[in-house]
Amino acid sequence: MADVTTAVAEAPAKPAAKAKSKVAERLSKLVPDKVHTWPYLVRLEMLVGTIVMALITVWSIVVDAPLEEPANPTKTPNPSKAPWYFLGLQEILVYFDPWFAGVILPTFIIVGLMVIPYIDINPKGNGYYCFKDRKFAISVFLFGFLVMWVSLVIIGTFIRGPGWYLFLPGQYWDVHKTVAITNVNFAQKFFGVQDPAWSAGIGAACIFIWLGVLPMVFWKARYKKSEALQKLGMVRYQITAQLFMIMMGTVLKVFLRLGFNVKYIMEWKGMINV
Amino acid sequence: MAEAKKGWFDIVKSSYVWKSIFRHEYQDTYRNRVLQVSSNVFLHLHPTKIRRHALRLRFTWCMGGITFLLFLILTVTGVILMFYYRPTGEYAYHDMKYLQFDVPFGMIMRNMHRWGAHAMVIAVWLHMFRVFMTGSYKPPREFNWVIGVNLLVMTLMLSFTGYLLPWDQLSIWAVTVGTNMGRATPLVGHEGPFADFLGVNARYDARALLTAGRLVGAATLLRFYVLHCIFIPIIAAVLMIIHFWRVRKDGGISGPL
Repeated sequence: MADVTTAVAEAPAKPAAKAKSKVAERLSKLVPDKVHTWPYLVRLEMLVGTIVMALITVWSIVVDAPLEEPANPTKTPNPSKAPWYFLGLQEILVYFDPWFAGVILPTFIIVGLMVIPYIDINPKGNGYYCFKDRKFAISVFLFGFLVMWVSLVIIGTFIRGPGWYLFLPGQYWDVHKTVAITNVNFAQKFFGVQDPAWSAGIGAACIFIWLGVLPMVFWKARYKKSEALQKLGMVRYQITAQLFMIMMGTVLKVFLRLGFNVKYIMEWKGMINV
Repeated sequence: MAEAKKGWFDIVKSSYVWKSIFRHEYQDTYRNRVLQVSSNVFLHLHPTKIRRHALRLRFTWCMGGITFLLFLILTVTGVILMFYYRPTGEYAYHDMKYLQFDVPFGMIMRNMHRWGAHAMVIAVWLHMFRVFMTGSYKPPREFNWVIGVNLLVMTLMLSFTGYLLPWDQLSIWAVTVGTNMGRATPLVGHEGPFADFLGVNARYDARALLTAGRLVGAATLLRFYVLHCIFIPIIAAVLMIIHFWRVRKDGGISGPL
C-alpha cells in the first residue's frame, strides 16, 4: 500500500493527461484485478438490499394498493385496460388485429430477444459499455425497447381514456367521445382498387416486397463490400432482416394509419388482415 | 503480556456445539475471507474472489440482485397473504377486505406484495437493458441470455396471474382484456385465423384453456391462483438456479476481456 500512496503523491498537483495515465498505469499494476467477495461484494449487497427493503417498506406504508369494487362480469369499465406492462401491446391493437398485436407480435418479440446472441456475432463490445463498436445492434435495441415498448406503455397508461381515445392527463374523460372512422385499405387508398381480391393481391405483393425482396436487394447490393455481411452468412442475415423488417413494418403501418388512414395493407377473407 | 481473560463469548466460541456449526474463525485473514464464502451455503452462490469492476454500481446497476431480492420479498409476503386468502368467487374479495381492515399488518403485506411485483417487472427490464448495453450476452454467455428472456416471460406471467387474485373490477377486466388475445391465436383460438381448421369453439380453444371456461369467472380465479402460487414460481425458481449457476460457469460477471 505504501507504493500506492507514493505513486499518488508523486503525481503533480495539476497533472497533464500524460502524467495522469502514467499514474493510472502504475496503480493498475499495484492494485490487483481481483478482490475478495467477502467483504467487498457481500457488504455492497447488504447495503443495496437494505436500501431496497427500506424503500419498499416506506412506500408500502405510505401508498396503499388499489382495490376497486368487487368483480362484476356484467359491468364493463370504459376503458378496460390490461396490466400496465402489457399496454404497449394493447396500444398496437389500435393499428392491428388481435391475432397479430396480441399473439404473433409478442411471440416475435420473445423469439427475437432469444436469438439476439446467435445473430449478433460481432465480437466487439463484450463486457463493457460502448456504442462505437456496435452501432447497429445498440440502435435497434434502443429503438425497440425505448420507443416500441416503454413509450407505448406510457401512452397506454397515461393518455388513453374511454373508447381508447387520447386524453391528456387531467383532461375531462368524455365517455361519449367518438371520432369518425374513415380508414380504407391500402390498395384502395393509393391505387383506387375496389375489388377485394385485387386489393388483397396488391397488399400481399407489398408485404412480399417488404419482407422478401428488400432484404435480398440490400444483401445483393452490399454483400461484396461488407465484411460484416460475409461473416454473418445468409441464414443469420435472413433471421435478422425478417425480425428487423417486421419491427419496422409495424412502425410503418402505424405511420400509414395515422398519416393516411390506411386500414389494412392486406385484407384476406376477413381472416388474415394486416 | 499476561494471558487475556476469557470472556463469555470466547467460552461459547470454543465450545463443541459452536465449532460444529461454524467451521472457521472470524479474524480477517486471507483464509477466513475465502472460507466465509465457500463454507456458507447461501454465500457460496458467489465465487470467493471477483473481478474488481464487478463492484462498480455503474457497471451492473445491481439490477439482477435487486430482481432476486424482490422475488424473495414477494415469496415471503405472498406466503403470508396465502394464510388469509381463499381463491373462490364467494370469498376472494371479502378476504381482501379482511386483509385490509382486520388482519394485523395485512395491508402492508398486500402493499409490499403489489408494489414489489411492479418493481420486479421494472427491475427485470432494467437488468435486461444493462446486460444488452454491456454486450454481456456475447460468447460464452449466449445461452444464459436465453434463460434470462424466459425468466422475463415468467416474471410477466407471475405478475399477470397475480393481477386477477384481488377479484375486483380492476383485476377481472384487466385479465379479460389480456386473455381475450388468446381467442385470436391462429389455429387454436376460435376467433383467430384458420379457426375452422381444427374446429375450436368458444368453449374449447386457447383462451378457454387459460381461463377455464368461456368467461373470466370463479374457475379462472382458482386456475390463476394455482399458476401464481405453485406452477410458475417453481418454473421460475428452476430457471433462476440455472441462470445463477451459469453466471458462475460462464466465467462470472462479464467484463472487458
